[in-house]
Amino acid sequence: MRTQEETFVTDLKCRECGQTYPLSPLHVCEMCFGPLEVIYDYARMRRAVSRSLIEARPRNLWRYRELLPVAGEPQVGPHSGFTPLVKAARLGAELGLKELYIKDDTVNHPTLSYKDRVVSVAISKAREFGFKTVSCASTGNLATAVAAHAARAGLNCVIFMPEGVEAGKIVGSTLYGASVITIRGNYDDVNRLCSEIADKYGWAFVNINLRPYYTEGAKTYGFEVAEQLGWRLPDHIVIPTAGGTILPKVAKAFKELKEVGLIDDSACKVHSAQAAGSAPVINALHKGTDLITPVKPDTIAKSIAIGNPADGFYVLRAVRESGGWGEVASDPEIIEAINLLARCEGIFAEPAGGTTLAVAMKLVAQRRIDPHETVVVAVTGNGYKTLEAVAQGLPQPYVIEARLKDFDALFERLNGTARPLAGAA
Amino acid sequence: MGIKVRVPTPLRRFTGGNDEVAAEGDSIKAVIQDLDRRHPGIGERLLDEKGELRRFVNVYLNGDDIRFLSALDSKVKDGDDISIVPAIAGGR
Repeated sequence: MRTQEETFVTDLKCRECGQTYPLSPLHVCEMCFGPLEVIYDYARMRRAVSRSLIEARPRNLWRYRELLPVAGEPQVGPHSGFTPLVKAARLGAELGLKELYIKDDTVNHPTLSYKDRVVSVAISKAREFGFKTVSCASTGNLATAVAAHAARAGLNCVIFMPEGVEAGKIVGSTLYGASVITIRGNYDDVNRLCSEIADKYGWAFVNINLRPYYTEGAKTYGFEVAEQLGWRLPDHIVIPTAGGTILPKVAKAFKELKEVGLIDDSACKVHSAQAAGSAPVINALHKGTDLITPVKPDTIAKSIAIGNPADGFYVLRAVRESGGWGEVASDPEIIEAINLLARCEGIFAEPAGGTTLAVAMKLVAQRRIDPHETVVVAVTGNGYKTLEAVAQGLPQPYVIEARLKDFDALFERLNGTARPLAGAA
Repeated sequence: MGIKVRVPTPLRRFTGGNDEVAAEGDSIKAVIQDLDRRHPGIGERLLDEKGELRRFVNVYLNGDDIRFLSALDSKVKDGDDISIVPAIAGGR
């Protein structure tokens, strides 16, 4: 019988030159600067996992613990993951799709975005490695996830953000007890500074020196999609691309499920979605090159406004290998898609989710997605955190006195207009 | 006064453990060549066989990514700060 402490991770390996390193807080190859990745013993893992073992476990991301780089009983993020895969019948009808699903991380615990997955794994490793301070470069979702998980783990937390971020994002991090430092510059400047700070101060930066572990947490999004579809993959999945973490890791998740015998077929077209104002990866995809030219982001989709994506190259590779494609969505298209999703399915996505839906609609229009195929649209963050992106375009509430005759008058006034209160006939 | 170059951990075995070293040159390319003379071996970690910057290396001149300037041909003068930073980081 397997012990709880058993782990299937063997070492870290450079994705470029293959150099291996012992498991440690190290993210860059000393030989070629390539990214390091966690290596598993899949043969041994295959004998240890089964559908029934996973299905019997609590509904959180640790049900896939054998496929994650942690040792021992999980301590961080005990309620993170296993978010709903929502069958979107009304939205599907709108798009002309028979089988459309939303993988809904707007309700991830505790901070309402997919970042709860990656941070659960990263902070588990920070504890294993004995760090006392955890940190990140972020403008929002990652900051709140790190601050919240650090609070529960009893770790010191320092968040770095570019100056000029919305007050809500600072509140959303400070509230959990984190120290927040804003930097005069944009996100890419903050990221660069944090690389240097991680180097000098020896803190656990979840998305820098813990990155090989952090990124593995993103696989759980893919594991869940497969399990929730009854241990099979969709024909298509549309995923947002910013730094380039989640898309290659979902593609990797699908391959691993096949490798360890949990699914029979790993074919699934993986499509990338970027905002038109921050599309270095889609630019390269459309040009047919591997070379990603950085851009200065300008879009309302702040959570995916990364002009200099660390793993953009791996997004291109995963998209091409899967037979997928990628498109961009303009700011108006993103807002329209957020509204459509909310009105059809009652799900309020942040602009990154509007981006994936808008791109899915383009892929249908381009006939890259067939009406009879199964499609999953990734919604990775919650719109309540980004109200300013959509609030302006919405109708104002009607204001009346608390008198029935005032309501009667309003009812009559709106009757016969485009938006009658009793609904369209 | 020369040019200050900040060196990340993976390259410090070439610089005797120093995180900051001096160099000279009038372009990024010239500075890298000078670095390689002073710290043999560092050049091939930064540039590939074709002399292009490796995919996972970012170079900043006074805080600006050189890909927004003139890449390896970006002009450098005395007193400038150069940072070499591994590209792999981030995710908001």
